[in-house]
Amino acid sequence: MSELVVQGVGGGLAEVARRRYLLSLLVRKELRVRYRASVLGLGWSYVKPAVTFGVYFVGLGLVLRQNTIADYAVYLFGGLVVVTAFSEAVGNATRSVVTNGELVRKVFLPRELFPVASVCVAGVHLLPQVLVLVVGALVSGWRPDGVGVLALLACVVLVALLSTGLGLVLSAVDVLFRDVENVVDLVLAVIVWTSPVLYPTHLVESLLGPGSWGFALYQHNPLTVAVDLVHRATWPAATAPGALPDGLVGRTVVALATSLVLLAVGQLVFRRLSGRFAQEL
Amino acid sequence: MAHQVAVSVEGASKHFRLRHTHSLKEGLVWAVQGRPRHEDFRALETLDLDIREGESVALLGRNGSGKSTLLKLVAGVMSPDSGRVRVRGRLAGLLEVGAGFHPDLTGRENVHLNAAILGMDPGAIRARFDDIVEFADVGPFLDTQVRFYSSGMFLRLAFSVAVHTDPDVFLVDEVLAVGDEAFRDKCIARIGQLSAEGRTLVVVSHDLPLVERLCDRGVVLDAGRVVHDGPVVAAVEHLRAVL
Repeated sequence: MSELVVQGVGGGLAEVARRRYLLSLLVRKELRVRYRASVLGLGWSYVKPAVTFGVYFVGLGLVLRQNTIADYAVYLFGGLVVVTAFSEAVGNATRSVVTNGELVRKVFLPRELFPVASVCVAGVHLLPQVLVLVVGALVSGWRPDGVGVLALLACVVLVALLSTGLGLVLSAVDVLFRDVENVVDLVLAVIVWTSPVLYPTHLVESLLGPGSWGFALYQHNPLTVAVDLVHRATWPAATAPGALPDGLVGRTVVALATSLVLLAVGQLVFRRLSGRFAQEL
Repeated sequence: MAHQVAVSVEGASKHFRLRHTHSLKEGLVWAVQGRPRHEDFRALETLDLDIREGESVALLGRNGSGKSTLLKLVAGVMSPDSGRVRVRGRLAGLLEVGAGFHPDLTGRENVHLNAAILGMDPGAIRARFDDIVEFADVGPFLDTQVRFYSSGMFLRLAFSVAVHTDPDVFLVDEVLAVGDEAFRDKCIARIGQLSAEGRTLVVVSHDLPLVERLCDRGVVLDAGRVVHDGPVVAAVEHLRAVL
């Protein structure tokens, strides 16, 4: 017979990995609930980005003839895909523990499951967006290359790590102070401006001054790195000299390391606070 | 034969801080007025309790005596302020029937989800699936969204999942008042069968005749303390005397 064990001490993210089946069911539940009574179902997550891209392509490219950035539609859409995925993951993860409060109070399961499931759902929604992006880029004359594929992979891994780490911290603190939801919404609403999604990097460089610490900070924002990576991956003009900011490889390594540290901190904070979840909800 | 301890509660205590306000504005106003912003409430005084394998124990007491808190500590949903609570083997808590059921999923999907929540792996769920459905007796509604179930059907399905998870230790909190009489008897029979198989049972209920039927041992709590511990009949008498 097994040993006496203290209940309710979760193995954290390792435990989540062991209960993949439950995680997959939670993700499926989330998707099912979101697309309930809908004919197109998950198909909507293809339609929406496709329409968005079409509007940018026609509106900005053909009508406004915006040409300070070559292939602006692809540039813009690529960045938006990354920022949208990040926002969805972090926004939903922040609310995940509170939303599942019923379950948290009644049954013991590794609570990390909830924010992780939110990130996975965002991942499921990311896939069609990336497909639309790739098709759009092909239409604009982009051809895939090996480095680009690597950059795209690094981008996805980076966003996943970053949003899981942040999601863990924010969902745990949200249980104690619901203000967090509002702060997160506010930050997510402006976050598209803190990375080169709508504008090229060199405008920020000339504003903050080349080599200034402000610009270094801007460039080392992991989300900025993720946006640069997606540009490298799918933007047709990315390989032109001077089109992308330098030092992307180095910044990618730093950003991945930062995200890993954040993930470890997130796990620590989450575990520290999870003991109080049941009584606070 | 000396049975091993299945549930061990050593010096566990629990207090709650009842916050009257989270708001900054009210907090400031109340601080000026000298009104307390929170109150401490001791749900459980330092408590020791051993439950051996195969025992069926009823936790009895008035409302607010700490029964459910104790059950939550055992379930691991909450952690004690002091001491420790340990459990041997697989635990299934029926702290509330249908926690984790989602109204927009079908009965079938909910069975899978709920069984996985209660810790079953996919193989075990597949193996027990037919038993679960048969016990719940929801018939043609299995592939209907749970939101269209009658409340009785819903409870039957939820209960059925919980009793089929093959726990070593089974926690039941005031959930036996489910369904019609026939189903209730079926549930009680099933719990009795689990207990006869040598599984440990911890029941919280105000239904004293039922408790007398299901359990051998009664633990009476009052204001977070154990005031009586012994055979269930004596415990029920003790409780009736103080009520």
